[in-house]
Amino acid sequence: MQDILLSAKNLEVRFGGVVAVNDVSFDVRRGEVFTLIGPNGAGKTTVFNLISRIYTPGNGSIHYDGHDLLAQPAHRIAALGIARTFQNIELFEHATVLQNLLIGRHVHRRTGLWSELLFLPSVRAAERETREKVEEVIDFLDLQHYRDTMIAGLPYGVRKVVELGRALATAPKLLLLDEPSSGLNVEETGDMVFWIQDIVHDLGITVLMVEHDMSLVSAVSDRVLAMNQGETLALGSPAEVQSHPGVIEAYLGAVEDASSLRRPAR
Amino acid sequence: MRFVFKTTYDQDIDLAQHGGHRLWYGLLLLALFTAPLWLGAYGLSQLTFMLIYSVVGLGLMLLVGYTGLLSIGHAAFLGIGAYTQAVLAAQGWPLPLSLAAAAGLSAAVGIVVGLPALRVKGIYLGIATLAFGFIVEEVLARWEAVTGGNAGMMVGRPELLGWTIGSGAPFYFLCLVITVGCTLLVLNLLRSPTGRAFVAIRDSEISAQSMGIHLAYYKTLAFALSAALAGIGGALYAHMIRFLSPEQFSIIQSIDLLLMVVIGGLGSIHGVFLGAIFLIGLPQLISEIKDYLPWGIGDSPGLKLVIYGLVLVAFVLFEPWGLYGRWLKIRAWFMLFPFYRKGMFKRQKAFQKSDRLK
Repeated sequence: MQDILLSAKNLEVRFGGVVAVNDVSFDVRRGEVFTLIGPNGAGKTTVFNLISRIYTPGNGSIHYDGHDLLAQPAHRIAALGIARTFQNIELFEHATVLQNLLIGRHVHRRTGLWSELLFLPSVRAAERETREKVEEVIDFLDLQHYRDTMIAGLPYGVRKVVELGRALATAPKLLLLDEPSSGLNVEETGDMVFWIQDIVHDLGITVLMVEHDMSLVSAVSDRVLAMNQGETLALGSPAEVQSHPGVIEAYLGAVEDASSLRRPAR
Repeated sequence: MRFVFKTTYDQDIDLAQHGGHRLWYGLLLLALFTAPLWLGAYGLSQLTFMLIYSVVGLGLMLLVGYTGLLSIGHAAFLGIGAYTQAVLAAQGWPLPLSLAAAAGLSAAVGIVVGLPALRVKGIYLGIATLAFGFIVEEVLARWEAVTGGNAGMMVGRPELLGWTIGSGAPFYFLCLVITVGCTLLVLNLLRSPTGRAFVAIRDSEISAQSMGIHLAYYKTLAFALSAALAGIGGALYAHMIRFLSPEQFSIIQSIDLLLMVVIGGLGSIHGVFLGAIFLIGLPQLISEIKDYLPWGIGDSPGLKLVIYGLVLVAFVLFEPWGLYGRWLKIRAWFMLFPFYRKGMFKRQKAFQKSDRLK
């Protein structure tokens, strides 16, 4: 029996009359890459927001590493070891890459307000240590060239990498990646494959991912959960889920409709 | 052009990061500490005002520039600090204790004012702080038993360890020491995790929260610290001005303070001091050129406010980075001469924030 890190059961979220997530349950095992796939509006990012405690479910429970996650406020999630990236990059625009990553180390802060005001030697030592940890992340993601650049001046692909770096700087146990390859070209997506594999094998971090790019999903995922309109469709290995008829219907329409895409013979 | 080669992390952590910093700031401190020798009495008093407004500006910059919380009622904290100092000094409290009390009381009121900040954002927070500003002004006017109401209140001279600090050079040194101290405290805060948390809250609350930053704590802390600094500035202001009345802490004063940080340059400590120089210097300039203005404009009563407004609009339109931003561009022009290109500081518009989660 593999060790389960995150266990979500019977999650339900309604926004007014719209059911965004309907009776969704899944388990994430320690050390695996678990991917949520599904068409837009399936409720995948909503599930992420439930885990980050931005939303509260109407029903259901989430257990993580022995903690009841629904009892925690949003700002305690990072301290428990859960880090996330955002679909539409939420970096700190008017700060440098280095400062963004240093903010990522906030959960590991050991200094109090008064010692910081006086900048005691303990604060300086803590700052040096924070900087060393952040430099490890910069080396891991090859961001040395961009260290002192303002985010506002960076291209999209680099911002994606900085977003990933900031999540890694929190030294998480569970990493939530929300569409890591959106907006990246083929080469950058290939880099993302290597990074996710390194994150899991070298850093020992469990990854829960939302993704549309099937090549990335097939390359890195251990298990895939397909969702559609707030409900789960299929759970299994990438190959199993991608050949599941319900999943194909959700993406391409029913078989009868698919035939209408064929050109009439001349 | 200077190339700074960094070999230790300490060089990034230090406040003075290379020889140039140490030289110029050293000279500045030397000039300030010897100011009574080369500056006349009037110039010294203006410099003292500038230092007092800088202390308040440090607080407001921390709140507006670094944490992104708009406060249009900051003169209230100035007033609370001023009246607290006046009342306690009259009762014989020693200066360090009464300064601490002024800062503490302002901070406590700042925490109360900051409570709307947890629920409300942007311009609506500005309106809430504006309302608090009016409330405090009214309390200062009505609480006649303590503040003397609209008739005003005389303020004695500060006393430190038995010595009375006279006006002129001794009081200037007091203000200088307190300003340098407060600046160092704020700079220390900004290079440590708390300062970075403030910047995170300004730029993206939702990801600040997912990085483990407790929004309520840090927003309240920002209000408390900025109010405490305004309280200290107010205490010094009381001794400088020698006579307090509630209308000195009205919305006009609040807008002056906001003007100071915006024109100085939001998001930088240099901006605080440049803004304070601007705030003290512009009335001098206006009174110099008054006589040369046509059609009797120079004698009209609202001239100062009109010019302030025009300058603010001009800065917002043409130089949103403020005086410090303009200085950075001028310095870049000199450093890169003749290779400065026109579009160097233009930033590309990014339209990616389509589904901000609120």
